[in-house]
Amino acid sequence: MTYTPAIRELIKQVEVTRDSRLGKDFPRMTPQEKQEVLKNHHPDYIENQFRQVKLGPNKGDRFPHELCDVLEAYPRYEYNSFHADQVDRKVDVLIIGGGGAGAAAALLAHEQGASVLIATKLRFGDANTVMAQGGIQAASKPEDSPAIHYLDVLGGGHYYNIPELVKALVTDAPKVMQWLEDLGCMFDKLDDGTLQTIHGGGTSRKRMHSARDYSGAEIMRTLRDEVLCRDIDVCEFSAAVELLLDEKGRAAGAVMYNMETDQYEVVQAKTVILATGGLGRLHIQDFPTSNHYGATADGLVMAYRVGAKLVFMDTIQYHPTGVSYPEQVAGFLVTEKVRSLGATPVNIDGEQFVYHLETRDVATSAIIRECTRGKGVISPSGSLGVWLDSPLIERIHGEGTIARELPAMFRQFTRFSVDMRKDPILIYPTLHYQNGGVLIRDNGETSVENLYVAGEASGGVHGRNRLMGNSLMDILVFGRRAGLSAAEKAASIKDFAPRLSIEHAKNFAEELESLGEVKTFTSPILLPFKHRLNPNLKQEHRK
Amino acid sequence: MTDLNTLEDNKSSLLERETVEVYIMGKKYTMPNSLTVMKGFEYAGYTLLRGCGCRAGFCGACATVYRVGKNHELKVGLACQTKVEQEMYLTQIPFYPHHRVSYHLEELRPTEDQVVEIYPEINKCLGCNSCTNVCPQDLKVMKYIAHAIRGEVSMVADESFDCLMCGLCASKCPANIVQYKVAILCRRLHSKYLVKKAEHLKRLSGRLESGEFNALLDELMQADKTTLAAKYNQRDIE
Repeated sequence: MTYTPAIRELIKQVEVTRDSRLGKDFPRMTPQEKQEVLKNHHPDYIENQFRQVKLGPNKGDRFPHELCDVLEAYPRYEYNSFHADQVDRKVDVLIIGGGGAGAAAALLAHEQGASVLIATKLRFGDANTVMAQGGIQAASKPEDSPAIHYLDVLGGGHYYNIPELVKALVTDAPKVMQWLEDLGCMFDKLDDGTLQTIHGGGTSRKRMHSARDYSGAEIMRTLRDEVLCRDIDVCEFSAAVELLLDEKGRAAGAVMYNMETDQYEVVQAKTVILATGGLGRLHIQDFPTSNHYGATADGLVMAYRVGAKLVFMDTIQYHPTGVSYPEQVAGFLVTEKVRSLGATPVNIDGEQFVYHLETRDVATSAIIRECTRGKGVISPSGSLGVWLDSPLIERIHGEGTIARELPAMFRQFTRFSVDMRKDPILIYPTLHYQNGGVLIRDNGETSVENLYVAGEASGGVHGRNRLMGNSLMDILVFGRRAGLSAAEKAASIKDFAPRLSIEHAKNFAEELESLGEVKTFTSPILLPFKHRLNPNLKQEHRK
Repeated sequence: MTDLNTLEDNKSSLLERETVEVYIMGKKYTMPNSLTVMKGFEYAGYTLLRGCGCRAGFCGACATVYRVGKNHELKVGLACQTKVEQEMYLTQIPFYPHHRVSYHLEELRPTEDQVVEIYPEINKCLGCNSCTNVCPQDLKVMKYIAHAIRGEVSMVADESFDCLMCGLCASKCPANIVQYKVAILCRRLHSKYLVKKAEHLKRLSGRLESGEFNALLDELMQADKTTLAAKYNQRDIE
């Protein structure tokens, strides 16, 4: 029994009001009300949670403190110990990051005949890619088209998206689906081969393709298998800690750090692809996150130091229904389907306070508002949340609905002794996605020559808000494009004998010194700060 | 915001939770019983490097072995999905090694003996069912290996679908079978050769290549925000 007697007392309040709430839709917010709750409670609007970054290509731009902290930190690698003539490995294309984007880039670069090295700080395939459950977007049906997909993406991103990138996304998408089919990816199909598709938030056509509720995992394990079968060099537990430039300021390699032996290695490469993912594990504004252990913004930090510009880094996607309790799965996503089936958010007094199908940003803001009003619930593990009244689902659709329609969710809660058929569950918004990233062109290239970025680390394609199912497609489209371009570029470079330089890190550190910055920690941080994972540690990294 | 303080005050009464004594690599720690094995390590001050991934039961990086009290049985599970218990003896195992097998899917055929040809050791299955017993996803691992031996590729694909490739099955196998690698080979064979291709996808790609959508896309790319918003708000929804 995970719910304590004290919590059981609180649940009674939800049970008392359940009958009166049944069958009554809570009124939707007016546009003004939405604006108000967003402005006052959405994390992106809390001015004092942002500051202007002090140096670098985005100097003066407003970023979350936690991102500024790692961007404005001193380099982890002791640049004075760098010797330009000590090169440990030479490859054509160096790929940093072992998720879906990195794997896709490796396959395409390898096909071009390039020598490829994938360096990844954890296990190959340990990435947010495996956690994407819902699906992957692509226009594939006769009633759909890349143009309709384009308009959906733009509307979702509030029209801030970079057109060239969206065009690349929607026109490559069908090709990518065919590629995955050829690689033996097990998509949900009808007997005649028709791909099954459903709607996702903000889609005007049913173009969400899935592999049961393991869509990302299925894509990742297939790509990983193919990379391993092709004998592409993969170096695990080796984090890149600094990019290297040549005498003309072009990317030409990286310093790798063996996280277990504490040794550094210099890799020289004709082109470099960063596919390092996002920043979820920086726990912006102390939010829990649905993100993977490795999402610590390393790629942003390294790209930033060599002068690549970031875009849309002031907007973060928070999913309204992350698990608040049980502690074992805190931050983990409660799929939107739970609300689609009729479960509603309820406060400590058993009152509903927001229409259950408001958009993600509005629902998130309303839940936060309810908690700051003191109407939240403190869970047995000390976390804050509101109820999501899941037993309503069984009342509305009949007994057995939850086990049938939400098997993964049901298994997850049952594992930790919460019966979501009988008792409500505790939820709180969770940090889900970094909408922006390093600015790229449609071939993955950045403003730094020979440096490419793909996947969540890159920015522009999703504008200020990403739609569900577009990130799985994004990592493959731009992973492939970056892999192809980086290999072609590498092939065009003859007589490659760069004078490797780490001066940019030195200059960066000197600028920090001149700004009077104190050295508290170094970046990239590689693993989440300990105090973020362990609430017993009251460390403070904020400057 | 004052109400937050009230909540803080209430916290202590709600937080009357039990603690357990857990041994990590032989050393005793007292910790709340509400933790997972993974969070237990972190609570005790360890920083996980190997043996930690998505932390949500999807990636299979955190296979763990443990014993409880005087029970001789060596238990296994995913560290992010297993709760700490009184007198648990813990250690994290690194990623379980597998032998390197290279094949070119293009050159394979989904014939009866294709899987055995690549993984001949599956014929040595002793039928001990250890693999099934340890699977954190409750897959019938031994059963799908039996299908693999008989060349029933699609059955393996279906039975093994929820596999996280954590490697616990292989760690227990007395016949040295690497079950999860057999499984992915079958899923790929099944998906590439034994199900029909999506014809609608091929057709749409053809239309794309013929340039059918270029004019429409160009128009959208040139459009200003107001025009786009108008189009977006008027779009028909399937």
